[in-house]
Amino acid sequence: MIAAAFFYLFAGILVASAFMVIASKNPVHSVLYLILAFVNAAGLFVMMGAEFLAMILVVVYVGAVAVLFLFVVMMLDVDFAELKKGVLQYLPVGLLLGGIFLAELLLVVGSWVIGPGVPKAITAPIPTGISNTEAIGLVLYTKYVYFFQISGMILLVAMIGAIVLTLRHKERVKRQNISAQNARTPEMSMQVVKVRQGQGLGSNALGSNSVDANSTGSAS
Amino acid sequence: MEFFWTYLWPLIVILAQSVLLLVVLLVAIAYILLADRKIWAAVQMRRGPNVVGPFGLFQSFADLLKFMVKEPVIPAGANKGVFLLAPLITCVLALAAWAVIPVNVGWAIADINVGVLYIFAVSSLMVYGVIMAGWASNSKYPFLAALRSAAQMVSYEVSIGFVIITVLLCAGSLNLTAIVEAQNGPYGIFSWYWLPLFPMFIVFFISALAETNRPPFDLVEAESELVAGFMVEYGSSPYMMFMLGEYVAIATMCAMGTILFLGGWLPPVPYAPFTWVPGIIWFVLKAFFLFFGFAMVKAIVPRYRYDQLMRLGWKVFLPLSLAMVVIVAGVLQYGHLATAAMK
Repeated sequence: MIAAAFFYLFAGILVASAFMVIASKNPVHSVLYLILAFVNAAGLFVMMGAEFLAMILVVVYVGAVAVLFLFVVMMLDVDFAELKKGVLQYLPVGLLLGGIFLAELLLVVGSWVIGPGVPKAITAPIPTGISNTEAIGLVLYTKYVYFFQISGMILLVAMIGAIVLTLRHKERVKRQNISAQNARTPEMSMQVVKVRQGQGLGSNALGSNSVDANSTGSAS
Repeated sequence: MEFFWTYLWPLIVILAQSVLLLVVLLVAIAYILLADRKIWAAVQMRRGPNVVGPFGLFQSFADLLKFMVKEPVIPAGANKGVFLLAPLITCVLALAAWAVIPVNVGWAIADINVGVLYIFAVSSLMVYGVIMAGWASNSKYPFLAALRSAAQMVSYEVSIGFVIITVLLCAGSLNLTAIVEAQNGPYGIFSWYWLPLFPMFIVFFISALAETNRPPFDLVEAESELVAGFMVEYGSSPYMMFMLGEYVAIATMCAMGTILFLGGWLPPVPYAPFTWVPGIIWFVLKAFFLFFGFAMVKAIVPRYRYDQLMRLGWKVFLPLSLAMVVIVAGVLQYGHLATAAMK
């Protein structure tokens, strides 16, 4: 009974915040509602006994992905009112996508009801007596290790691709060269000059070996 | 009646435990804050707070009272809801992490299977307090601070994650109690993980400084360039909640370091007079030792430049900790072959 109450609490907040993601006027609020939705989904995972997935969901999606979303959205300078004008225009497409998604969900859940043996045949049995972190590890790193590695490689390729596409080394931009900076010694960058009274420091007093602090620091 | 014993009684027990933990934790935080200021003052040959109470022992409570009776000011251009939500989130998340931390055998409110991941998840959410505060203030300096901190806290989380993985590989469990028990060996202080995983202990310590925005990584509030960073527009109770959240997060990191590397509540010498001391005393001593390190770093080390900070996180700590994960896993998997060959 308590479990059911908590299920409806998490599920209710999840659906409501998912709706608010598309309904709220301010994109930053949308992202914040998305985070609320993620956290509630993690709560649902915990209720199903999948505590490892719940924590990974929070760490990866809320702790990293949503931060980047928020980062980008915060820096965007968009006219929110104009952005919201065309919402109705996209309604048919959205409804179509929603309908397809609903049909697919029904197919998946339906197969559970129609043929109870089918899901058991394609999924690994849940071992008893070990924590579910261990159970996931046992399946993921033995039976599905190649798929796991391949998905990791795909993500790596995508990441490198994004970096290659966006990284530009501009000319004339001064960059920090840490090893050059660390290699500096007091002798290279300082000199003691005796200033005589009444004569000041002439331009030739410093000599040509005076080191400009900036030129050593930056790699040119 | 059955309903009472199955549902309500555990709820009452958990509530009582939580209140007890909160009270002890908050009093501890008050004195950690004082210790921080005293240590900092001692390094600079000042006296530090010494007026309120004997040796200034009640200074933190006087500060608390001052913050509570001040008038909270909300800027006209601020996004009011998010503006007030940000300090709440910081404070609540920082306190929530303590639900799973065992300070002695079985002394945790929730001794869950994925304790390490839970703390990691909660501390990765701490960045939202800063980002939301910076954005909702609708002001230049807080916004710049929020952008900085978003990058900083996410970067150092990556290396903390890998450090935690090396410890998990050695302990073979995600449960905090099991991690401490795995360090229980015949050599006392030398069987704790700080020795075999020494480079990771250093990486963890420095990453913890960056993750909690302590000096020398306090670029989020760098007072010489950003006034006070994301907290510029805050005053009174909301500001106090930020400070509280920050110090609770520091205490959490000290407790994490104690559990992962310093053997939690285990005595340093596993023989008679040391084993009589209750575990919680060892835990507090070790956690305070780490905190002393935090405070000394604050007093001694100058602030990092932002590009140095990013370089340290991505170009030094990430490859180092990634390599250590591979090395530790390799030693654990094939180490017995090497010892067999030596014989």
